[in-house]
Amino acid sequence: MIFLADFSIIRPEPGLIFWAIIIFILFWVLVGKFAFKPIANALKDREKSIQDSLDQAKLAREEMNKLKSENEKILQQAREERSRILAEAKEMHNKILAEAKEKAKSEAGKIVEKAKSEIENEKEAAFVDLKNKIGSMALVIAEKVMEKDLSSDKSQVEYAESLVNKLNLN
Amino acid sequence: MHKSIKLVLFFLVFGVFSLYAQDHNESEKLQQKNEKRAEHFEKVHEQKAEEEYELKNTIFHHIGNHNVYSVMGANIPLPAILYSPGQGWDIFMTSKFEIGHHGTGHKGYNRYVLSEGTIYQIADKDFPMGEFHVDGIERKMEKVDGKTKEVQYAIIDGKEYKLNPRSTWDGGYLGGGITSFYDFSITKNVVFMLLSFILLFWLFTKIAKDYKKRADSAPKGVQSFFEPIILFVRDEVARPFIGEKYNKYLPYLLSIFFFILTLNLLGQIPFLGSANTTGNMSITMGLALIAFFIVNISGKKTYWQHVFWMPGVPWWVKATILTPIEFLGLFIKPFTLMLRLFANISAGHMVVLVFISLIFIFGNAGASVSGSITGMALAIPLSMFMMALELLVAFIQAFVFTMLVASYIGAAIEEHH
Repeated sequence: MIFLADFSIIRPEPGLIFWAIIIFILFWVLVGKFAFKPIANALKDREKSIQDSLDQAKLAREEMNKLKSENEKILQQAREERSRILAEAKEMHNKILAEAKEKAKSEAGKIVEKAKSEIENEKEAAFVDLKNKIGSMALVIAEKVMEKDLSSDKSQVEYAESLVNKLNLN
Repeated sequence: MHKSIKLVLFFLVFGVFSLYAQDHNESEKLQQKNEKRAEHFEKVHEQKAEEEYELKNTIFHHIGNHNVYSVMGANIPLPAILYSPGQGWDIFMTSKFEIGHHGTGHKGYNRYVLSEGTIYQIADKDFPMGEFHVDGIERKMEKVDGKTKEVQYAIIDGKEYKLNPRSTWDGGYLGGGITSFYDFSITKNVVFMLLSFILLFWLFTKIAKDYKKRADSAPKGVQSFFEPIILFVRDEVARPFIGEKYNKYLPYLLSIFFFILTLNLLGQIPFLGSANTTGNMSITMGLALIAFFIVNISGKKTYWQHVFWMPGVPWWVKATILTPIEFLGLFIKPFTLMLRLFANISAGHMVVLVFISLIFIFGNAGASVSGSITGMALAIPLSMFMMALELLVAFIQAFVFTMLVASYIGAAIEEHH
């Protein structure tokens, strides 16, 4: 055991063990209390605040995405509304136009009809007038022919008139 | 980057040279001692042995703990706190010993003498109290209880007095034992522990203040340098091994990690005296004892059940093998913690010293200049490599100690399996 005779570091000395324990425990208590605990807490707090910030950012992003999609939806709706209104207006326009056309047509028809009936009436009146004129003319002719004045004889006049009536100029 | 490499190179080279200077003094001193001894005893065979470079003694001296802080050739006295049953407490500065070369005192006080930086007590109880002059220290190999042991004698007024080393708790198995006195001095290793305590206290309270001041902003400066290390201990050591309750043990784990790391690193600065603090078994024993108590005090029901009566195992297996092994395991775990740190750091210091000693082995203790140069050419790259390796070991050992303590705590507080 000559080797170990001088190998003093392997021999446990009460004094050195005492100091090692005292100094380490003092170190542990003091540095633990004044440094390691506050540092550990600060690190924890900071990590928590970072996590919170990240969470909040995520939340904000989600909120924004939601808003964005909502906006898009509203825009889409507005677009649809617009096209619907446009279509409706077009339809209305066409309808009004058609109606107007129809109305104009019927009005024109009516006018034509009225004109036609008026013309018919005029024609009728003209015929009556013509018939009367021709009757008197025939009488004149007949007077002349018979050389007799028939105008005083009533039966003669009636007869002449019936003759005129039978006379169809058409 | 380039600048830092230069700085490291400078420190390494400077360190090697300072050690060289120190050991050169030693060899000079050895010669002086030889002459002195020759005058006193004229033992030719001893003189021959002393002339050769004593590698083993040099290394053991450098890695040892001393009552004198020897740095760059200066011997700084330290407070001695000694207790001897019957004599009581003696508290004084080791400058009282008039420290000479190699930390050997020219004077003694109250039966205490200083040899190679270590305090010894004169075994003779009738030796008078007070100051006395010491002519020198003589070492002899003696057979004590069947074992060959080195015994030191103080030469006072031409007479030899046997010296008792300080008490150790090894039961005599490692060459120590309880002797006539206990040494509670502030030794070199204690100084380094206090130094790292003050350094770390200052540093971490400053960092804690930074955290308070800049609560919601990114870390800056020293704070950002230490934050990854603190987070590493928290996220890679405390949380995975201990689990939910890691917060309670985090200050302890950080303390043990930084305490060991700082001591490891301080011990590697050559011109700071390269104290082998974490490479001293007394200190690792102190740290392991604290770890042992923390683990077993926080032990829960499940833990003790697993130690003494493991569920789901036949009773005769438990009674014959398992329980004794588990019970021994309680002590083996801190024992391995103690041994691992001690062995790694001591081995590193010793290998560096061996490489540096190549200079003196090749140079024949300063006698051969060409040999010294050859030795230096070998020693510088080798010790530089070893120091770089030791830098890595300093971190690894601090991490391993912390991780293992965390795993033991984790096993102790586990509630269910």
